[in-house]
Amino acid sequence: MCGIVGLFLKKPSREPQLGELFSDMLDSMSSRGPDSAGFAIYGATVPAGSLKLTLQHADEHFSWDQLAQGFERQFKAKAPFTVNSTHAVFVLPAKEAAIRRFLREEFPEVRIMSLGRRIAIMKEVGTPSSVLDRFDVRQMRGSHAIGHTRMATESAVTTAGSHPFFTGQDLWLVHNGSLSNHNRQRENLRREGIEFQTDNDSEVAAGYLTWRLRKGDSLGLALKHALRDLDGFYTFTIGTRDGFAVLRDPVACKPAVMAETPDYVAMASEYRSLTSLPGIEKAKLWEPEPATVYSWSAQARE
Amino acid sequence: MNNNLKTVDLSKTSVRKLNQTLHDLSAQTKHTHWRILEPRGAHAIACGLNLPVTVEIAGHAGYYCAGMNQLATVIIDGNTGVGVAENMMSGFVHVKGNASQSAGATGHGGLLVIDGDASARCGISMKGVDIVVKGSVGHMSAFMAQAGNLVVCGDAGDALGDSIYEARIFVRGKVKDLGSDCIEKEMRAEHLELLEKLFKRAKIKLKPGEFRRYGSARQLYNFHVDHAAKY
Repeated sequence: MCGIVGLFLKKPSREPQLGELFSDMLDSMSSRGPDSAGFAIYGATVPAGSLKLTLQHADEHFSWDQLAQGFERQFKAKAPFTVNSTHAVFVLPAKEAAIRRFLREEFPEVRIMSLGRRIAIMKEVGTPSSVLDRFDVRQMRGSHAIGHTRMATESAVTTAGSHPFFTGQDLWLVHNGSLSNHNRQRENLRREGIEFQTDNDSEVAAGYLTWRLRKGDSLGLALKHALRDLDGFYTFTIGTRDGFAVLRDPVACKPAVMAETPDYVAMASEYRSLTSLPGIEKAKLWEPEPATVYSWSAQARE
Repeated sequence: MNNNLKTVDLSKTSVRKLNQTLHDLSAQTKHTHWRILEPRGAHAIACGLNLPVTVEIAGHAGYYCAGMNQLATVIIDGNTGVGVAENMMSGFVHVKGNASQSAGATGHGGLLVIDGDASARCGISMKGVDIVVKGSVGHMSAFMAQAGNLVVCGDAGDALGDSIYEARIFVRGKVKDLGSDCIEKEMRAEHLELLEKLFKRAKIKLKPGEFRRYGSARQLYNFHVDHAAKY
């Protein structure tokens, strides 16, 4: 089943409220996905040349200090970080490939949740409300966020199998549905150099978009190619550095509803998730058409 | 002031309690008119009613609103989620906004009127219900529709009437594409008359002559190996 939500604030003055508004949306999707929950949130941008790195370790008492010291030795730079439950967010002046190599060799049990200039992805097994509390999401601020509540069908209930899936720098995806050709696509994409951490079908969709974007597609074009190459049922919500996009498969079995006001654009699996948003009574409400790409970017922000 | 009017606020009462209250009404009840406040997209509001009462819902409803309706009038002053009036048997369901997928699915009787648009699979497997959509319908509408009438005042999406049996489809606007075994048919006097009556019940003023009729070519009723690719 699964529930997905996305919220994009058009007015920067609303940014301090993002965590609060988004948490209510995600929490209301508990009945569609009680197994695990996750979210990606766009906060402050780190300086050029640095990366914001969200890491996860299964042990809540893992010594992130030790990892930070490793980073400092390796990259000859300070590696400030904040710990949030099983996750830690680092800011590091280093290249993605070098960070990946270092972690693979020195801390193979540490998992990269996200990498980018603004993105932070956090996800855990448990009910959405326990995940929201664990990461104190209500306190978070930013311009936009997407989230997922999972009722697992295609692979195990694990942190790694939870959504969102990190695809490329500052790009993430949540998925409601199931893909039928993900094994074949995963093989194809591995040959193209895309790495996968799980057997999950949605991670393949994320990997596919990363591959298309590397080939030079715009997000819109990458999603058009996805309509051709990804077989199965899906409603995708994709976050980008400055906006977000929604796509439903041509059969459109998986639900989606959208709302727009001068303050925000929101999407959710069900209207119930939108009822806590300010001014929803007067919002423009619609159901996205099948096989149609909808996208918003920060250029629309005032 | 209508003394028979009862108001239920769903921010204070559960849907389960509301529905149980409506199910427990006796045929002699004085409370024939109900107004539901703060629906906030909740599922299964006013499901399984079986008395000629009127229920007005002030706002957007979630999935399966007014499902299995018998005799009752349910009016939704907003949009509805998946499967509004699913399997309705009789009575009247009126959506003043838009309806999501599978509106009126498997409905056996009664009248469903949607003032806005209905999305995919409107009237899927309908079995005798009359559905009037003042806007447009999405893809796969009237899929495997067996009996009843689907009237679309706007346009119809892909694969209209796919694998249709004996239901009739009337469309005023454009049809993007007809599904397997669905063909355009002649509008005869009896069909104009049927629409005239239906418009009166649905309180709409349109000319039946502006509509085109679609129905089954009756080629896929029984399995035939030459048609294997079309099923």
